[in-house]
Amino acid sequence: MSEQKPVLNKAGTISIEATQQASRPKRRSYRIEIDSTKNGSSWWIPFVSVLLALIVCGIFIAANGMNPFPVYKKMFTGAFGTSYGLTETLVKTIPLLLCGLGVAIAYRISVWNIGAEGQFAAGAMAATAVTIYFPTMPGLLIIPTMIVFSIVAGGIWGLLTAIPRTYFQVNELVTSLMLNYVALLAMDYFVFGPWKDPKGMNFPGTPMFTEAQSLPVLGDTRLHLGLLFGIIAIVLYGFFIKYTRWGYELRLIGANPEAAKNAGIRISRHILLVMLISGGLAGLAGMAEVSGVTHRLMYGISPGYGYTAIIVAWLAKLHPIGLVVSAFLFGGLIVGGYSVQTIGLPSSISEMLQGAILFFLIAGGTLSKFRLRRIR
Amino acid sequence: MKPYKKAMFTGAALLLSLVLVLSGCSGNNANKNANGGATTKPTEAATEGTATDEPAKLPRVAFVYIGPPGDGGWTFEHDKGRLYMEEKLGIKADTVENVPESADAERIITELAQNHDVIFTTSFGYMDYTLNVAKKFPDVKFLHTAGYKTNDNMGTFFGKNYDASYLSGIAAGKVTKKNVIGYVGAFPIPEVIYNINAFALGVQSVNPDAKVSVVWTNTWYDPTTERQAAVSLLDKGADVLLAYQDSPATLQAAAERGAMAGGNDSDMTRFAPEAYLTNPIWNWGPYYTKTVQDIIDGTWKSEQYSGSLADGMVDIAPIGPSVPEDVKTLVTDTKAKLINGELNVFTGPITDASGAVKVEEGKTLTLDDILVMDWFVKGVEGTIPK
Repeated sequence: MSEQKPVLNKAGTISIEATQQASRPKRRSYRIEIDSTKNGSSWWIPFVSVLLALIVCGIFIAANGMNPFPVYKKMFTGAFGTSYGLTETLVKTIPLLLCGLGVAIAYRISVWNIGAEGQFAAGAMAATAVTIYFPTMPGLLIIPTMIVFSIVAGGIWGLLTAIPRTYFQVNELVTSLMLNYVALLAMDYFVFGPWKDPKGMNFPGTPMFTEAQSLPVLGDTRLHLGLLFGIIAIVLYGFFIKYTRWGYELRLIGANPEAAKNAGIRISRHILLVMLISGGLAGLAGMAEVSGVTHRLMYGISPGYGYTAIIVAWLAKLHPIGLVVSAFLFGGLIVGGYSVQTIGLPSSISEMLQGAILFFLIAGGTLSKFRLRRIR
Repeated sequence: MKPYKKAMFTGAALLLSLVLVLSGCSGNNANKNANGGATTKPTEAATEGTATDEPAKLPRVAFVYIGPPGDGGWTFEHDKGRLYMEEKLGIKADTVENVPESADAERIITELAQNHDVIFTTSFGYMDYTLNVAKKFPDVKFLHTAGYKTNDNMGTFFGKNYDASYLSGIAAGKVTKKNVIGYVGAFPIPEVIYNINAFALGVQSVNPDAKVSVVWTNTWYDPTTERQAAVSLLDKGADVLLAYQDSPATLQAAAERGAMAGGNDSDMTRFAPEAYLTNPIWNWGPYYTKTVQDIIDGTWKSEQYSGSLADGMVDIAPIGPSVPEDVKTLVTDTKAKLINGELNVFTGPITDASGAVKVEEGKTLTLDDILVMDWFVKGVEGTIPK
């Protein structure tokens, strides 16, 4: 016994009124309001999402016959509790931060780039190509060359998505995703074929990079110079978005593309540039990973950084400081996920947490547009 | 606008307080964690205490697995070996599963090295990472499966499983009717190549007309990919399949199509009894036990241990129930000959796929030659990426 009627009220919000006849004689009415002007970006959603994800996964852990609190404690100490764990978490933060920043820039103007994985691979390949074809290039020159090549390659991979989107209205979700497979298969081709280490017993991987081709590391940890790339990129992003005309235009396009177009902003040019930067950052992440961590291009180099980066960007609400925090958190999730295994849980617990966080983020973003109000 | 705004503020305030309450809860939980950690510590100390009461302190042992112990093959057998060792020596070992052969492996091995004395890394691709960590932790002993790099504190272990592949080949050569046999290979590395060659030589010893077709999956454990590779071989007309993979996916695919098949590493009869041929199997338990015992006794030295049919590290699974009795007898007899040295798998004449003589008549390949094999024997159809 309820009646519903959508009403567009003066405030620009759509509301659905539901009048319920409760079993008691007293009449109660509620109204669900959908505020279409809100973009669901309340600051507290990420925190609540993480919390809810921890609770839900805790229930699963408990269902496995374990007490979730020691498990989370183990994850936490594994990732952040020791200096070794901390440096390893930072090692994971680097690619997540760079790829996350890349996709965040694209999402600013509603270009749904999910191709960071492929752009990452393109950058890793380009950096490796430098080591393969210019093996004797002197130390001071080779790292900058690798950086430039990787950014260009990642950027080109991004443009392959941006150009069809701009000129032919091809959905970038599809092209960027498909290009991931192209890049990963191309990488397989190189590591199984022409770039394979002649002394590698036919195992898929290029020869190890030399000292000069590797990024400097901190002490005897694996934390490498790539962290600096990430920090610089974040600072530049924060500065450009906030203080430049370009950043202003991006924000305007993101907030209201129609208004931006009417104001004379050439959106298509912005899409091309943004995808060039987005891909370039992921490409740089690929370079940092091969040159800083694996010291070779090899089969299965990315455990899905490009995809995790999407969650990182959303959790951060595309905010520069938020990106640093969420990339660090997800780095910790990956590192801590393996730590819990020593107490008898599968490592998939960390993947479950990642998935649950994204689920609650998206649900929170949508649900925060709703208001339940009682009509007196 | 005003009442609406007010409602929003109220809502925000409510939620903020909810977040605070919830985070407060988690704060309490954190305390509980701390308590939990504190309560577990005495028990740990207690077990250590009992350990020190015994003449020798038991080493803390850890295993790194490429797949899950439930893969039904490679990791399953390593885990069985671990349980055997645990029971024999009264040690509780730690395991980490699904560790990729990537930079993650180095971190996991490093973490384990910080609070373990013996670490078994049970996949070829861990080789460089194990070596890197071994150099950083000279007091920890590392045992790596199937590799060729060692250190003072890092040994390798593997077995001459090509003997068992040869025996599987005899069974396959006998049961094939179409003379088309498919082989699902993991990676084109020597370990897999020499097993395919031994298998093909076994096939040819009883059925010179049969051909062995090879498909690479480039993965050790990925049941979906393994299955697709198996199906592609069945589509080519193969009626017997073998797989150098960690899961029984090939056997299951063959069973659905009425073909015979074997897997690798473990007795896979239970997955498809009627379709099961046989395959090489591992028995790691005695080696793990002996190695850890040697480390306890202080007699362990870095070595490249190579097990065999004779010491039981390598064996062949019980031949499937639908394989004729005479084939079983032939396999058993041949196994005896391989053990007593009367027969050797890689004794010439052996020619490669192009027809060039690789092993002259009367000569036998040494183990060193076998461990770097990068060519297919005649009768194997497939390519080795160069």
